[in-house]
Amino acid sequence: MSTFSAIGEEREIDRDEYTPGVEPQPTWCPGCGDFSVLKALKQALPEVGRTPEETLLCTGIGCSGKLNSYLDTYGFHTIHGRSLPVARAAKLANPDLEVIAAGGDGDGYGIGGNHFVHTARENHDMTYIVFNNEIFGLTKGQTSPTSPKGHKSKTQPSGSAKEPIKPLSMSLNAGASYVARTAAVNPNQAKEIITEAIEHDGFAHVDFLTQCPTWNKDARQYVPYIDVNESDDYEFDKTDRVEAAEMMRETEESLYEGEVLTGRFYVDEERPSYGAEKQAIGEMPDEPLAERYWDDDYEWERSHDMFLDKHA
Amino acid sequence: MTDDELIWRISGGSGDGIASTSQNFAKALMRSGLNVFTHRHYPSRIRGGHTYTEVRASADPVESRGDGYNFLLALGDSFARNPQEEAVYGNEEIKPLSENLDELREGGVIVYDEGLLDASEIPNFDERVEENDWHVFPLDLRGLARDQGREVMRNTAGVGATCALTGMDLDHVQDLMRDAMPEKILEPNLEILQIAYDQVREEYDVDAPDVSVPTGEHDETQLLMSGSDAISYGAIDEGCRFIAGYPMTPWTEVFTIMTQNLPKLGGISEQVEDEIAAAALAVGASHAGVKAMSGSSGGGFALMSEPLGLAEMTETPVVLVEAMRAGPSTGMPTKPEQSDLEHVLYTSQGDSQRVVLAPGTVEEAYEQSRLAFRLAYEYQIPSILLYDQKLGGEMKNVPKSHFDREPNPTLGKTLSEDALADEPHSADGKFHRFQHDVEDGVSPRSIPGQKGGRFLATGNEHDPTGHIAESPDNRVAQIDRRTQKLEAIRDDLDEEDTGSYAGPEDAEYGILTFGSQQGTVEEAVGRLNDAGISVKSYGVSDMLPFPTEQVEAFVASVDEVLVVEMTASGQFRGLVQKNLGRYGEKLSSLLKYNGNPFEPAEIVDGFEAAVVEGDGDASGHQTTFVPAAGD
Ligand SMILES: Cc1ncc(C[n+]2csc(CCOP(=O)(O)OP(=O)(O)O)c2C)c(N)n1
Ligand code: SF4
Repeated sequence: MSTFSAIGEEREIDRDEYTPGVEPQPTWCPGCGDFSVLKALKQALPEVGRTPEETLLCTGIGCSGKLNSYLDTYGFHTIHGRSLPVARAAKLANPDLEVIAAGGDGDGYGIGGNHFVHTARENHDMTYIVFNNEIFGLTKGQTSPTSPKGHKSKTQPSGSAKEPIKPLSMSLNAGASYVARTAAVNPNQAKEIITEAIEHDGFAHVDFLTQCPTWNKDARQYVPYIDVNESDDYEFDKTDRVEAAEMMRETEESLYEGEVLTGRFYVDEERPSYGAEKQAIGEMPDEPLAERYWDDDYEWERSHDMFLDKHA
Repeated sequence: MTDDELIWRISGGSGDGIASTSQNFAKALMRSGLNVFTHRHYPSRIRGGHTYTEVRASADPVESRGDGYNFLLALGDSFARNPQEEAVYGNEEIKPLSENLDELREGGVIVYDEGLLDASEIPNFDERVEENDWHVFPLDLRGLARDQGREVMRNTAGVGATCALTGMDLDHVQDLMRDAMPEKILEPNLEILQIAYDQVREEYDVDAPDVSVPTGEHDETQLLMSGSDAISYGAIDEGCRFIAGYPMTPWTEVFTIMTQNLPKLGGISEQVEDEIAAAALAVGASHAGVKAMSGSSGGGFALMSEPLGLAEMTETPVVLVEAMRAGPSTGMPTKPEQSDLEHVLYTSQGDSQRVVLAPGTVEEAYEQSRLAFRLAYEYQIPSILLYDQKLGGEMKNVPKSHFDREPNPTLGKTLSEDALADEPHSADGKFHRFQHDVEDGVSPRSIPGQKGGRFLATGNEHDPTGHIAESPDNRVAQIDRRTQKLEAIRDDLDEEDTGSYAGPEDAEYGILTFGSQQGTVEEAVGRLNDAGISVKSYGVSDMLPFPTEQVEAFVASVDEVLVVEMTASGQFRGLVQKNLGRYGEKLSSLLKYNGNPFEPAEIVDGFEAAVVEGDGDASGHQTTFVPAAGD
């Protein structure tokens, strides 16, 4: 069937294929961390062997949500906080698509927090990248769920009285099977982690520390970032939930005190993805549902033949 | 009112099997050749509380609940008693009997379970019985069922007594039980049915019953079908294979029926974290090339407002169903109202580009469910199927042939890869998903994963390739194109002709209504004409785009129009006036918003008082008359 022939196409993919002809110049501020996510994706996707046309990128709203405009795949720039439910459904409708969701910390951990927890719980086979700049960028610098306690902004003039959200622990506890953190200033690690996340068969959550030089000048872009998988100071087994949880707790507690730990914190290769679980219980077809609509030979069932006898 | 009809009301506590017993009895009546129509009334609680279902059966077609009823089967509310101690809680134990007496017609029959209910606790019971010439049969249904082993089977004993007192053949009920009941409980139920039947026949002289089952004959296989069933089957026949939802009464019925069937058809159902997610999932699935739906009731639909707008802006086809119940807020979860009309028409920001259809009957629910999908996918627009708790839950007989149609899984203007390769879509080599220059305003789309069709969908205003663009010219071109679809849809709907007309064409007066009140209005129109008042009705189904021409012609052709709806604020009348832009002086309203749908007599009385006599007093039935502007 040639309906979705872009899917699974094996060929050399040039990074530039992902650059749209329209508006090639991003409108992000100079020095914005979002450029690094774009770059990491452009490097990772050809590496994984995924073509732009088999990739569906769903974003939310915010500076981060503009990613779609600069990465030329099939795209859905959705609404604030809702990239995940749109992405999830697309994956269920056509599991052969490479589905990536992305958005900001306000988008993903604030307004979309409920979807975040539930998507992790279901362990959909997709990658979720959160551009964590600890601020609302697009709406001009309000306190976000990841801003540190005491953070002052026009909407928190006395300094935030709230503890910041702990996104790594949240997704681990909810059920994500891959949890990592990387940072804009670590391009090599970022590329590797995004590549791994895309290849991972389950919900891969990447908390991507990005700087917002425009609204969050205090952000620690110059602080040294430690890779927990490389450093001898942090020994833990990333496939062990308990050890991973402990490592995450330490990471999240120290984040605002100057020690920025990055790396793969939890990797579970065993847990089946949601789609596989649903197929196993007979609630999802083996072939992509989207393909059926193009199959001229398929005999569509009618209620007349299927159900009406029970009403007679 | 047809005299030759049985309107059987079974009442008891929620969770006491009232719904299933009445459904089975309705089916038995249908199988005996009668037309049937059911009406449900229940409180928002799981066990206990007063609930009833009416089954109306007639040899003539029935499209409405009746005026009152003529046979009461009052079962006890088992929850009002502690089964161990025989203790009674509250005063609910007599409700199945006492709460229903006001609507029982003169000469009606009462069978009550004297094993659970005590008529002497009801004030003035004997006087009322005498005054109204009621025939009362106290039977120990509970004891009888218990003697056969299962107290819960007293429903069956009640049905046996009903058959004995109305002259209905036991065969149909027995056949039905054989079809519907699992082996284990079949035998005792059949026995209880027979024993109750025999006992009544022996004990009472019932050879000339006061209320009898009419005789009728169908020429086709009939099905007993609810509005929720019909909506679901319509969606399935139109190729819908994806549903996402979150439970909320009464939408849950459609969600459940779809969920139980879709996996069998290779489809997918998702119960998700909230309604925002549910609608967003439907949009995501549709974007990926699947026919998808979601839905909810009032408060849940409010949460869908943003994904609805996203579907409009991205021109992603999707069907949302909205099952209205009384509001605002949580309102009355199990009571019908039509007051979400404006909510559904106007919710979500911006100039809306959506379709809203409101079926009036079970048959129309099937057709318009299909139509909602067809329009959504052909025109790449969200369609909303607006109905209410009454239509969703009521059951009626429909000939099987009504559903004998071809499936339609087509996705509308969706390009194949060959077409994508053949057609250069623009000079820049990009696929112009949202090109301006198209017939009907519908630009052909591609599906993610297809070669040569890459595009961006965004809720921001965008240029033909889908990229964010705010230039004035582009904005105007895009919004004009999206809005242009509504004109094309209006033309399409005119061919479909979904309105329902009753009464003589040259009538003096008119009644306008929409949605589930259509059948009741049509019955009232029949009675008014029989009484020598010349009146016709028009049940409008298309809320958006509105059939302005047709409604205008209808209003222009009569002297006065009564607008009948279940809202307190006259939302439908407002919609009519908004679209017509004149004739305000001809329209007056008959409103009901007490949680119960209209009875035909209320419309007859309201019409006579308000329009014919013109004194504007339609009170007395908890209805409200709102006179025409200038009255
Ligand atoms: C429902 C809704 N509420 C609010 C907004 C306004 N809004 C747009 S972006 C944004 C915050 C973005 O912050 P974040 O997600 O951290 O992304 P960033 O801009 O920092 O990348 C808000 C509140 C909106 N578009 N929709
Ligand atoms: S406001 Fe901040 S997040 Fe937004 S583009 Fe500028 S630097 Fe980046």
